[in-house]
Amino acid sequence: MDIGLLMIAPVLLGALVGAALLVWWERRLLGWWQDRLGPNRVGPFGSLQIVADMLKLLTKDDWIPPFADRVIFTLAPAAVVAGMLMGFVVVPFGPGLHVVDLNIGLLFFLAMTSLAVYGVLLAGLASNNKYSLLGGLRSAAQMVTYEVFMGLSIMGVVILTGSFNLSEIVRAQQDVWFCVPQILGLVVFTLAGIAEAHRLPFDLPEAEHELTAGYHTEYSGMKFGLIMIGEYMSVILTSAIMVTLFFGGWLGPDFLPPIVWFTAKTALIICFFVLLRAAIPRPRYDQLMSLGWKYLLPITLFNLLITGALALRGSA
Amino acid sequence: MEVTLFYIAAAVALATTALVITRTNAAHALIYLIVSLLSIAVIFYLLGAPFAAALEVVIYAGAIMVLFLFVVMMLNLGRGSVEQERGWLHPRMWIGPGLLTLVLFLEMVFMIAGNPLATSGVPVTPKIVGQTLFGPYLLAVELASMLLLAALIGSFHLGRRYMHARREMTE
Repeated sequence: MDIGLLMIAPVLLGALVGAALLVWWERRLLGWWQDRLGPNRVGPFGSLQIVADMLKLLTKDDWIPPFADRVIFTLAPAAVVAGMLMGFVVVPFGPGLHVVDLNIGLLFFLAMTSLAVYGVLLAGLASNNKYSLLGGLRSAAQMVTYEVFMGLSIMGVVILTGSFNLSEIVRAQQDVWFCVPQILGLVVFTLAGIAEAHRLPFDLPEAEHELTAGYHTEYSGMKFGLIMIGEYMSVILTSAIMVTLFFGGWLGPDFLPPIVWFTAKTALIICFFVLLRAAIPRPRYDQLMSLGWKYLLPITLFNLLITGALALRGSA
Repeated sequence: MEVTLFYIAAAVALATTALVITRTNAAHALIYLIVSLLSIAVIFYLLGAPFAAALEVVIYAGAIMVLFLFVVMMLNLGRGSVEQERGWLHPRMWIGPGLLTLVLFLEMVFMIAGNPLATSGVPVTPKIVGQTLFGPYLLAVELASMLLLAALIGSFHLGRRYMHARREMTE
């Protein structure tokens, strides 16, 4: 319990700083992969770019449109960030290194990601603007849809472990990481994770070619900053949960401490998400929906069926 | 400690539920309803049912309420609907339902005062929930799945004619 209370500050700080660093890191990586420079002027390798960006955002005029619903408009960005930060509560960074070790940890993560939908939805609704409303509607449909597959895809892991506790899930991967027996679950979870974080290629709620900026069209200054930080935090959270569920969490050879293994694996997954952004174009909205219901749903159900049957055979 | 937390959560639940009924703006009412569901989840957790608490958030607050909000976004927007709501919520409308609810409330107080129900004090783990669902309550699970299947077929049927129209359009 005590270690949990002590962990709160580092986890909060780590998530926020990590998200800020990720903004810079993503732009550098994208630049590298697309054969251009990226931000390289402020500080060594442009690493202070994010400080400059933040100063710019903080000093910008924080404007609330007169036609917007003031209270909801102000609360929505906070809801985005709060939901994501709450998700970090159950992540086990190392053996015993977690804020709280809930025995419904996995469900708690799902609950917090599903609450994060509200930030986007309410931002779209409160802006009172056509493009924002369309973005909000899209995000509601997209996130509710992909939440289903996200939940179903990790049930295979739960069957193999016999627990919703994230630390126990990591310990169950001592012999073999779940990315091998649950490869279908991993594929679906990755796609659902991108859709939940509404990142490119699945960033239809904010597709700039058709919706200007979607649900955050009317946002400026630090409110926009919060929405952006929330998005990057959801990338980090999804990667951390992916490492925990499928890539053995903190487990690794003994020459490095567990937390280093955890961080390194998470960073690698984040780079993979950035690569996806650089490589794949955005699908149409109906394509996104039919991909979900016509392909991902059967795949997850098939995966659950096989995993359940094998688990039954093993226990009999 | 737990009793204090319980009373705070219960007070929040009551206050937000009252606000849900009295708001004229549908979106605001829904947000209060979400908060009310969240505080009920806290109560479930305090009563020793963490699984039910998590499902309350995932399913009610996280999925069903999103769909409610979705419908509100598509149908009832703007000042007109707020005025309409205001017209429906006439103060005289409250007398009848209020009296009837008072009767129920007095009955409930009488029952609770008669024999105080104690919680078992044993946390209900996900495993126990699964065993009871697929043991003594298997019939209820099967019935619920049939209901869902009927809903699925119904919505498929409703959506089918639009699919035909779209196929002709794209070809």
